[in-house]
Amino acid sequence: MNEVRHIGAIPARFAPVARNSGTKLCLDWFEDIQVNLSASERRAATLGTRRTVKKNYQAAWLVKAIQCIDLTTLAGDDTPGRVNRLCAKAKRPLRDDIVEALGLAEAPPTVGAVCVYPAMVTSAVKALAGSGIPVASVATGFPAGLTPLPQRLAEIRYAVSEGAHEIDIVIHRAQVLTQDWQALYDEISAMREACGEAHMKAILATGDLKTLRNVYKASMVAMQAGADFIKTSTGKEDVNATLPVSLTMVRALRDYGERTGFQIGFKPAGGLKTSKDAINWLILMNEELGRRFLEPDLFRIGASSMLADIERQLEHHVTGRYAALTHQALS
Amino acid sequence: MPSVKEILDTMDYGPAPEANAHITEWLKPNDQGFGHFINGNFVAPLESGRFDVMNPANGDRMASAAQGSAADVDAAVKAAREAFGSWSKSPGHIRARHLYAIARLIQKRERFLSVLETMDNGKPIRESRDIDIPLVARHFYHHAGWAEMVEDEFPGYLPVGVCGQIIPWNFPLLMLAWKIAPALAAGNTVVLKPAEFTPLTALAFAEICREAGLPPGVVNIVTGDGRTGAALVEHPDVDKIAFTGSTDVGRLIRKATAGSGKKLSLELGGKSPFIVHEDADLDAAVEGVVDAIWFNQGQVCCAGSRLLVQEGIAGKFLAKLKRRMETLRVGNPLDKSVDMGAIVDPIQLNRINELVAKGKAEGGTLIQSSCELPVKGSFFAPSLFTDVEAASTVMEVEIFGPVAAVMTFRTPDEAATIANHTRYGLAATIWSENINLALDTAARMKAGVVWINSTNLFDAAAGFGGYRESGFGREGGREGMYEYLVPAWEAGLKSSVDDNLAPLSAVPPQVIDIAGQSSIDRTAKLYIGGKQARPDSGYSYTIRGVGGTAIGQAGLGNRKDIRNAVEAASKASGWSSASAHNRAQVLYYIAENLSARAAEFATRLISMGQKRKAAEVEVEASLRRIFFYAAQADKFDGRIHATKSRHVTLAMNEPYGVLGILCPDEMPLLGFVSLVMPAIAMGNRVVAVPSPRQPLSATDFYQVFDTSDVPAGTINIVTGDRDELARTLADHDEVEALWYCGSKQGSAAVERAAAGNLKPTWVSNGKRRDWLNRAQGQGHEYLRRAVQVKNIWVPYGE
Repeated sequence: MNEVRHIGAIPARFAPVARNSGTKLCLDWFEDIQVNLSASERRAATLGTRRTVKKNYQAAWLVKAIQCIDLTTLAGDDTPGRVNRLCAKAKRPLRDDIVEALGLAEAPPTVGAVCVYPAMVTSAVKALAGSGIPVASVATGFPAGLTPLPQRLAEIRYAVSEGAHEIDIVIHRAQVLTQDWQALYDEISAMREACGEAHMKAILATGDLKTLRNVYKASMVAMQAGADFIKTSTGKEDVNATLPVSLTMVRALRDYGERTGFQIGFKPAGGLKTSKDAINWLILMNEELGRRFLEPDLFRIGASSMLADIERQLEHHVTGRYAALTHQALS
Repeated sequence: MPSVKEILDTMDYGPAPEANAHITEWLKPNDQGFGHFINGNFVAPLESGRFDVMNPANGDRMASAAQGSAADVDAAVKAAREAFGSWSKSPGHIRARHLYAIARLIQKRERFLSVLETMDNGKPIRESRDIDIPLVARHFYHHAGWAEMVEDEFPGYLPVGVCGQIIPWNFPLLMLAWKIAPALAAGNTVVLKPAEFTPLTALAFAEICREAGLPPGVVNIVTGDGRTGAALVEHPDVDKIAFTGSTDVGRLIRKATAGSGKKLSLELGGKSPFIVHEDADLDAAVEGVVDAIWFNQGQVCCAGSRLLVQEGIAGKFLAKLKRRMETLRVGNPLDKSVDMGAIVDPIQLNRINELVAKGKAEGGTLIQSSCELPVKGSFFAPSLFTDVEAASTVMEVEIFGPVAAVMTFRTPDEAATIANHTRYGLAATIWSENINLALDTAARMKAGVVWINSTNLFDAAAGFGGYRESGFGREGGREGMYEYLVPAWEAGLKSSVDDNLAPLSAVPPQVIDIAGQSSIDRTAKLYIGGKQARPDSGYSYTIRGVGGTAIGQAGLGNRKDIRNAVEAASKASGWSSASAHNRAQVLYYIAENLSARAAEFATRLISMGQKRKAAEVEVEASLRRIFFYAAQADKFDGRIHATKSRHVTLAMNEPYGVLGILCPDEMPLLGFVSLVMPAIAMGNRVVAVPSPRQPLSATDFYQVFDTSDVPAGTINIVTGDRDELARTLADHDEVEALWYCGSKQGSAAVERAAAGNLKPTWVSNGKRRDWLNRAQGQGHEYLRRAVQVKNIWVPYGE
């Protein structure tokens, strides 16, 4: 199970991440966990005020954010044409002149992955062929996750067979709300098995779980069940990724890492729209987990509109002029 | 600068310095040196003498300021006195407008003041920008509100007069705001001396006062070192001194102002406990430590510097803490990505180094962040001592630097014991997710500010200030306003107590009262721990009534009797934790039993020379007074301050503990009752010295107390020489507050001696109260003086 992941343009000095093999369900790792909301909010609020990046540093951090984006379309009106356009943007997220000016023409940045519904995987795989950009598919009755388990597992297998490299599963929230950890563990384990070689991101839908203690516990169960990434939200809950929730999740994956030695990835999704958001979450990763966690094999941002804002900031960085969205390619 | 490509590999934050061109520009015209701000103008010092103001981050000279002389201080006090008349008489609304204008101007200058503060003090720009300066503006807004409401909200109170204010270098502008805003709101005028390391934001503030159209003389700023401060403290026309700084200097000020009649508030040092229970959110508590001791380079009076961690989780907690230390960034304070800036001055850095060396020499293990420190300037790495004991220097002494010391505890009881085992009592921090445990620990803390699951939270609406040797008085909120007000009745009292009474004599009396002979001899002993006790001296002295006839004998108490009485009072802690209802019941019972003996108490007063009618009036007034405080026992309660959202900030009125009371000679019964009853109603245990001339009304109470369910040790009575016994009480470190009614010299002696453990005192300065007058003899001021306010911050949310 401990095969090596190869994702994105990660500096060669970093060892590849060993795949999480999961553990048995260990209740004592999380049952007594305490997470204080106010304290989490205070820490979250000061992350972005204690650190900042300017000039070339800011540009580099924004490029890094692009490399970590799971460029996403998850709408009822998605079509192959829409997916093609998104994939084109994924391959060339920045205009050539901007890439040139940033001094990155040798290895132009691309996004971390493209994320679509299962029915769109085929189109995405085709559009991204040869780019090295993985296709991620949501599955398991996204976004509510309330279809029967066999169907949910079948959906994973379908997406994998269509060529998805990564599967973003949703958990069954009732199992968290009723604290039925065994059931949650069993389902996620089955999903992980269904993923096979494909990497599994477990979406906790934290907006439905409400309390940070629930978030921590669900994170830990998902990792014990073999998740490669834990992810905040589907983007469809009332509240999506927030910094306090993210802080709780990265602390959970840090604790899991200390116990098992496995490095688990983190993906905030939903509600991240601006360059400032991107920088804040990168700061969170760097401060709580360290430099290694700023690479796309351990960090993704689920977003669609954020890329345009980053591109605009980078254009300003290289030209000194404020940019118009209409001057950049649509995604 | 590295290329984008290179940074993509390192992902460093890179430098992010805040621009400071505006500051340089502001300093330029003052290149020859700043003057003082007196009577609305910047004026040259009257005597020569200047000092350089340095930027501690690089050792560069920023400016020079004037060393204020006694003559400068005098000019400033004169200006303040001159301005006091019209300022104090102007309607609160007018003062509110001025404070509002100042608040607005501070907001408009937020960045300027932040950068200036950071350059002068060395604190990171994040803190000056996000914490100090916003709190400054908040403080003026809040007090614009108090100015508007002061006449309605504090009826019967007047401004104190000219206030001398001396502030420290750790939060220069914020401490200025804490001092000036309430003073002005209440109608006082001020002379403020900023710390010599950091005078610049005070001078910038002076410009704001001028721009806001504040009348000349309302705010005066005199720069200088300790000598300037001393001149201000000693100036005879200053009515109040407010000081924030070290406990040692606080003690000097207490002595220097003793007997001067100056009102005093002191906000002093601390060695505040930071308790982590095993059920805490440990990651949150680790961030708490960052905010507690690595905030403002640890130069914070309320810094959580004693980490007490429950043994079972200590290993895990320390591992997390050490990891967190490694991500702290120390460097140029103007850099926006820096957590810790420069220590204020090389002198302070030396002090930190010395104490740390001592900590190591005593066997402590020093853990320091491996972060890089700038080569130039005064910097010290975030540090932590382990392997220390309760008696280690670094566990006891305030380091005032980024150095915490950690030890473990086994049980919540032990945590509270260790936490309170200190001469200080400024703040305490408690981490626990169990509300029972958190609130129980908060209640036990002998500290003026308690933060639950948070630390170093401040707001203008909450009171801040210490217990014990961390000082007295509060800043912020309603309780802070009282520091700048005096009861109108107290301000109107006239000096009339005779300082030169004959000493008490143990020589047997020559003239005997015939009436006294008719009953069996009753010799009043002392009353200690619920029992009558013979005086240690073995002497009694003669009490004289009408025409000098002897009407009885009372024990001649001495320092050992005081010692015994204080010990008994200390042990009677159950009274302080009894319910307010329970205390009220006991007071009512006292009244009931006094009422049953009303005739006897009246007769006693008559034997002292009172007219029957007057005696009956005094007994009746005493009964009513006891009823008043029985009524207040469960009504003079705390508040919930409106601070931050989703925070309950509880302001709890807590008794001091052991309170010493020296009763007046006038109205020997009512005076005694008027002082003892509010004290015990609020939960204090009392050691009272009745009127030395006429103690028998108090000693007659022994049987009343015995029959009224007053727990032993709650009220202790030692008869004898007032000033001698007062001296022992004032000296006694277990007496936590002292009220003195007596001569002017006696008042001075009490205040001077109280400097020992810095107990708050309330002295009469030789002025006589009309105890029958309800405005003077009872009420809010008595209750307020009987309690200290503890602010407990309880954030909530799930």
